[in-house]
Amino acid sequence: MTFRAQGMRAWLVQRLSAVYLAVFLIAVVIWYFSTGEYSYDQWRHLVGHPLVNVALALCFIALLVHAWVGMRDVLVDYVPAMGLRFFILIGIAATLVAMGVWTALLLMSVFSP
Amino acid sequence: MLIKTQRPKYLNLLKIRQPMTAIVSIAHRISGVILFLAVPIAIYGLALSLRSAEDYAAIKQTLHSPGLQLFLLLMAWAILHHFFAGIRFLLLDLDIGLKLKTARASAWTVFVLVGAILLVIVTELLT
Repeated sequence: MTFRAQGMRAWLVQRLSAVYLAVFLIAVVIWYFSTGEYSYDQWRHLVGHPLVNVALALCFIALLVHAWVGMRDVLVDYVPAMGLRFFILIGIAATLVAMGVWTALLLMSVFSP
Repeated sequence: MLIKTQRPKYLNLLKIRQPMTAIVSIAHRISGVILFLAVPIAIYGLALSLRSAEDYAAIKQTLHSPGLQLFLLLMAWAILHHFFAGIRFLLLDLDIGLKLKTARASAWTVFVLVGAILLVIVTELLT
């Protein structure tokens, strides 16, 4: 596969993140139906489990990257005015980066008492 | 010589009867944008659930309030449609189901699956 064609990388990133998100969603649904009520401590403990924590982090990375490519595709198709498109793209990028930092701090917060 | 014809030009999207495959596609986009807008709400919910035992209990209760359940139902639709239509697109990328007949059938399958699951959710909520 060549990356010389424009958009090939975005195309691949969109599909790889899609597969991860799909598998994650299936796992969450299975987990939801196979466990009972969680207390606050149990819930924090679960998110603090290294595997769950990393899986969640990967999920958010995939989600934000997927959202970026998807929103960019939508904007390229529906907002022909370059200035406005650029302005909205910057806004979306800033929002996604902020979300990334927020979730990173959040996922790390369970390790401190 | 220019020949003036009176052929109808249906550029009005509302006048074109869209095939099921097109509806699945545009719904995939709409659900995607909805999910993008919902990301901060979801992260905020996660943040609250991890902040303190009181917040955890509060968010649990909020999730069961009728107003939010309607919102969650919209989210359920967006996730389900994006999930099933997305799998369909991934399969199409792998050259699976490219024939028109199969593509139409899979488009219908997406709608039926999403509708059936939503129906189960609504029934569960009402009973």
